Amino acid sequence: MERLQDQQEDLRWKAVQREMARYGNAPHALIQVLHVIQNTYGYLSREYMARVAKSMRVSLSRVYGVATFYHHFKLTPMGRNTCTVCTGTACFIKGGEGILRAVEAEYGIQVGQSTPDRSLTLLTARCLGACSLAPVAVVNNQVLPNLTLESLKAHLREVTKDAQ
Amino acid sequence: MLSEDLTVMAQKRREEEQSFSQQILVCVAAGCISAGSLELLRAIKETISGKGLQHVQVKGVGCMGPCDNGPVIRVEPHAVVYRGLRPFHIQAHLEAILNGDSLNDPAITYIPTRACQVENASTASLITFLTRQHRIVLENSGIIDPEDLADYLARDGYSALYRVLFELSPNEVIEWVTQSGLRGRGGAGYPTGLKWRTVAKAGGGTKFVVCNADEGDPGAFMDRSVLESDPHRVIEGMCIASYAVGAHEGFVYIRAEYPLAIERLQKAIRQAERAGLLGKGILGSRHDFHLEIRYGAGAYVCGEETALLASIEGKRGQPRPKPPYPAERGLWGASTLINNVETFANIPVIFRKGPEALSSIGTQTSKGTKVFALTGCIRNSGLIEVPMGITLREIVFEMGGGVPTGQFKAVQTGGPSGGAIPAQYLDMPVDYESLAQLGSIMGSGGMIVMDSSASMVEVAKFFMDFSVSESCGKCVPCRVGTVHLCNLLNRFLARQASYEDLNRLEWLCDLIKNTSLCGLGQSAPNPVLSALRYFRPEFEALIGG
Repeated sequence: MERLQDQQEDLRWKAVQREMARYGNAPHALIQVLHVIQNTYGYLSREYMARVAKSMRVSLSRVYGVATFYHHFKLTPMGRNTCTVCTGTACFIKGGEGILRAVEAEYGIQVGQSTPDRSLTLLTARCLGACSLAPVAVVNNQVLPNLTLESLKAHLREVTKDAQ
Repeated sequence: MLSEDLTVMAQKRREEEQSFSQQILVCVAAGCISAGSLELLRAIKETISGKGLQHVQVKGVGCMGPCDNGPVIRVEPHAVVYRGLRPFHIQAHLEAILNGDSLNDPAITYIPTRACQVENASTASLITFLTRQHRIVLENSGIIDPEDLADYLARDGYSALYRVLFELSPNEVIEWVTQSGLRGRGGAGYPTGLKWRTVAKAGGGTKFVVCNADEGDPGAFMDRSVLESDPHRVIEGMCIASYAVGAHEGFVYIRAEYPLAIERLQKAIRQAERAGLLGKGILGSRHDFHLEIRYGAGAYVCGEETALLASIEGKRGQPRPKPPYPAERGLWGASTLINNVETFANIPVIFRKGPEALSSIGTQTSKGTKVFALTGCIRNSGLIEVPMGITLREIVFEMGGGVPTGQFKAVQTGGPSGGAIPAQYLDMPVDYESLAQLGSIMGSGGMIVMDSSASMVEVAKFFMDFSVSESCGKCVPCRVGTVHLCNLLNRFLARQASYEDLNRLEWLCDLIKNTSLCGLGQSAPNPVLSALRYFRPEFEALIGG
């Protein structure tokens, strides 16, 4: 079992190494590499940031500085499901704010946090560019258009139930 | 004319298309996909092939515009648009759909775009929404398969590039762009020809061409739609620019929030490389151009050009003082041309039809068309391309069908850098100068309609929250000033503000506007200023103890 995990770990890290190699480990590829780490591991752990800093020959503070500057990068692990509520202008005008607050209240978490059982992480996006369908949210990569509070709550109940 | 095999490819595709007497085009852009268009496309394909209808072509295409109540499909040659169809409708209604007939189902919107007399007012306004447009940038959107190079070639794609490479000198190319009157579509409206000229004149070896696809304005999705619907157009525009300014490397900086646009662009770049339209010796000429994609990571400030360049270099996306402008010193210190997606998407038409294709449309100072994302409290929302100089009233009331609640309050243009325009200015023409005069900006093209239920103080606060979170923190006026503006607005919302606070609000806006380092800070107070200018009584009504 442990060996299997090691092998998987190797494979995942190889994907990161491949991305670095594509750019000859040049520092300008840092953001591209961080994207691959986040896609592979779900977040940027301190350990991987340190490894990348070493491989790309940049300081850890530079890696950390970049990782914390951009909203897209997450420094803590995500829950099994993620719900990203759009907070763009069209969604705001159509009541997205209220939906967000209600989800926070329902699950007892704030934006950026996960439920204690890690079944759900709540995030926001500045704008998903689906403004004609406002208000929208993305649950596990699926865009949910023309939301109501009830439809989002029902969908979240469904996916968090599946995960258990 | 293109090289021989590409000409053959285009010709073959045109003949193929002609062999069908009917077409069903299904939108497969991100909005309609979230409404289930891929399942619908599959159902239509299965039903058509099950019935052996070989005269009907079924194709996934880019955005057609009326994105609410998707998925959107269009049936040719009847030019009829249906919205809201589900896979289970297909078996029962296929015949009616192929005839372009109404399905008499309230869940399905039926838009016969060629009908002259329509009694139903909402259908009539949807027809206006689709037919009042002037499509240049979006000429292929909703018609070609965005993932198929042959489809683009069949509509004269890359013929502009061929003409540029073999018939025109770089100098002439820039001259044509200048004559077209094209101005930057990213928001500021800088003359494109002038920008190209500056980069072309810059000495030194290496130069870069960069496409700004970091569409960070909330409420704007024009660039996403162009990249998802017609990616080759942007590549062609960039390639022409690279020849004009003498660059051999280019980057498209695109936000990571647009996975489908990234995927389609990536695919298009690979197709172009294989067809000899990118890379070394393009189309057998002596021009080389390599194009790569760089992902953004969620930072609005990266739409600012110097911040964008820092981000491509793998750094925190913080702007630096200008001058030197990127045209003089850009990526890794080299002269760099940066244009927005829509600007590049305008380029091919200039060289297919001549500069008049743009310069004959629009107003004295703003030529061509502009793509807008019309959203908010409006009946018909979606993507429209209209000639410059059209009035806001035509957009909101004729094409948009007006406000469902009946009480129009304002239309917000330019996102967090723009302002809200109230009803008394609805007859102003939409061009760079008129919008600036009204205290807003053209911006990248987001247009959000608000009805009487919107509190302008809350809207101002919404945009201020945005600017607080997106300020990069480099300069004090923006980093600290926006927080104080937010606090002041909160005092109003809590009814704790005084008249003095109102003055302080104006004073602080003025300060931030005049002393911030980059465009984000300089324009951050605009939503507050425009709210104060047109809706001052709303602030005064909130003044309490």
